[in-house]
Amino acid sequence: MHISVQNEFFDFSKEIENFSSKLDNIGALVTFTGIVRGQKSITLDYMLIEHYPGMTETQIKLIVKETFKRWKICDALVIHRYGKLEPGEPIMMVATAAQHRKEAFEAAEYLMDYLKSRAPFWKKEILNGEENWVEAKSADEAALNRW
Amino acid sequence: MIDVIYFSWIRERIGKSSESIETRAATVIELIEELKKKDVRYSEVFSDLGSFRVAINQELVNFDASIVEAKEIAFFPPMTGG
Repeated sequence: MHISVQNEFFDFSKEIENFSSKLDNIGALVTFTGIVRGQKSITLDYMLIEHYPGMTETQIKLIVKETFKRWKICDALVIHRYGKLEPGEPIMMVATAAQHRKEAFEAAEYLMDYLKSRAPFWKKEILNGEENWVEAKSADEAALNRW
Repeated sequence: MIDVIYFSWIRERIGKSSESIETRAATVIELIEELKKKDVRYSEVFSDLGSFRVAINQELVNFDASIVEAKEIAFFPPMTGG
């Protein structure tokens, strides 16, 4: 289990390489990276992510432990950033390693669903100089019910 | 004394990130009612129970949870991680 809550930028390809190099006898590796959207049509200046130091780490640990209980996975990685993030920068990533792809895919999806609605992060978008807190979607909360 | 912490738009609207509170409230909902009486910023922020969540000692709880053992109570909007 590798968890990091950090302000610093990360290179997801290096993280995947580092994560997978420590694994032995796996048959599937699933990774997901969330990126700050910044299309030409939307002039997002930047994103600010606030979190609850202490509780963030505890909650992520609980979510990852539950993932291990539910699926036969060999290892899991979670990196989540906070602070000021520019368009195009990675926000967070998860990686799951298992013997088979079904477990790896499902575990990664479960991790994503729970990180979205149960890890204490709050996103604010700054668009044309105007600040707006990103609202939680009811679909994200509903997504938890499928597990 | 209990440390009460606010995040996101709750912090912005109340105008502070934390405060120490002396209270006789036994549950979260009683504490919320007490806070609402402080001034209009609190009564506005806490007017809709569906718009925010609460954690006691860094653990998510319901509004009827006891605060007797609470050292730290945090109020925040639904999370937007990921």
